[in-house]
Amino acid sequence: MAELFTSTIWPVTVLVLRILLVVVPLLLAVAYLTYAERKIIAAMQLRQGPMVVGPYGLLQPLADGLKLFVKETVIPTGANKVVFLLAPMITFILALIGWAVIPFGEGLVLADINVGVLYLFAVSSLGVYGIIMAGWASNSRYAFLGALRSSAQMVSYEIAIGLIIISVLISAGSLNLSAIVRAQEVHGWYVFWHFPMFMLFLVAILAETNRHPFDLPEDEASLVTGYNVEYSSMTFALFFLGEYANMILMSAITSVLFLGGWLPPLDIWPLTAIPGPLWLILKICLVLFVFIWARATLPRYRYDQLMRLGWKVLLPLSLAWLVLTAGVVVAFPIPRP
Amino acid sequence: MLALDRLARTVLWQELIKGFALTFRYMFKPKVTLNYPYEKGPLSPRFRGEHALRRYPNGEERCIACKLCEAICPAQAITIESEPRPDGSRRTTRYDIDMTKCIYCGFCEEACPVDAIVEGPNYEFAAETRAELIYTKEKLLANGERWEREIAANLERDAPYR
Repeated sequence: MAELFTSTIWPVTVLVLRILLVVVPLLLAVAYLTYAERKIIAAMQLRQGPMVVGPYGLLQPLADGLKLFVKETVIPTGANKVVFLLAPMITFILALIGWAVIPFGEGLVLADINVGVLYLFAVSSLGVYGIIMAGWASNSRYAFLGALRSSAQMVSYEIAIGLIIISVLISAGSLNLSAIVRAQEVHGWYVFWHFPMFMLFLVAILAETNRHPFDLPEDEASLVTGYNVEYSSMTFALFFLGEYANMILMSAITSVLFLGGWLPPLDIWPLTAIPGPLWLILKICLVLFVFIWARATLPRYRYDQLMRLGWKVLLPLSLAWLVLTAGVVVAFPIPRP
Repeated sequence: MLALDRLARTVLWQELIKGFALTFRYMFKPKVTLNYPYEKGPLSPRFRGEHALRRYPNGEERCIACKLCEAICPAQAITIESEPRPDGSRRTTRYDIDMTKCIYCGFCEEACPVDAIVEGPNYEFAAETRAELIYTKEKLLANGERWEREIAANLERDAPYR
């Protein structure tokens, strides 16, 4: 019994607790990201945003969550029930499991695997399944069109994202996210070395997470609301949480790959006193602000413009940069940590 | 040269940066909206809101059942019936306004020779049923009592321009 405890029960308990330590703040962050989004967009449009529920509307996300929770889950008659209910779960779970490899600090990572980047890439590619299943299982034209757009868009932009990430990878010489951050300690943040790719990466993750100005899958004007049109109550909430958790995940990836993860901007005293996880959170917030800022600034793209940007601009540019980076890495020996 | 200029602007995201800078600047500007149920905008003394029937300071109702308001009402929202009172003065026995028909044009208060029917400053009288919006004489007189101070002040402020 004691042996079972030390070999199985105790490690599993610790692991579950560590997972909860990531997931619970994450879900809270998702809730307050919606609040931040509404407030920031309101400020940019000279409005006040939510003000009624709690001081400065701070309890609004809880009220919204409660509303969605107590509503009825409507399943359309023509829908494939199993797939219909499975789709939001897949979207939500995939948005969460990506966090397993995000390093919050030196050694502060759930799974310090050597193929972290590959894992993240696989997880974000699987995200398409949730959406296409939702669109197909809903048995609705709008949902199906939204899902088609979404999957085509995500697949196109993942290629550019992949090539951009490879530029970072060959600079860092590792697929391990912690090692990439440590390499930036030696090389300086990759946002300086790969600045054009950083900007393209921001554009690509906007498209990857179906956010403005690339939110064609949710185009209200032409698709009502896209792949989630038939969803209600908690099934809708799961999509919503998944989408926002994905935004935070993508921001975290940006922070780790380009903005030095848990590293302070300068290695001097007052900055090094702030703990690493806090730096990572600050950087994530910064990228999230850009997400929201873009939504308040830019009009939606047309679908052919979106595809043109993905295949004719992002892909060649990132490919050219990859070749350039590879050439530099081969020509000039760069220090490895 | 022009093409090169345009290319440079595109590659350097000039327009995007301009747009983003604009929204960023706007973020710090003062808000133009009001926090409505807690903050309200100023109203003109001529504001035409919910109707009220007024009384004289001695408690006598002003309305003399001349029916000018009923005649002028373009939406025909007003219905008046009248009879002489025991003391010989003419008074309404019925004074109904169908608030669902009313278009808040203010002709009734313009037509009234004794300032009896007025449109007060209240605009928060939404109801859950249609029946609640058929105002009777009692309701209108009650409104008059409730809003007399504001109505009298507004009439006084607007008097120089009449």
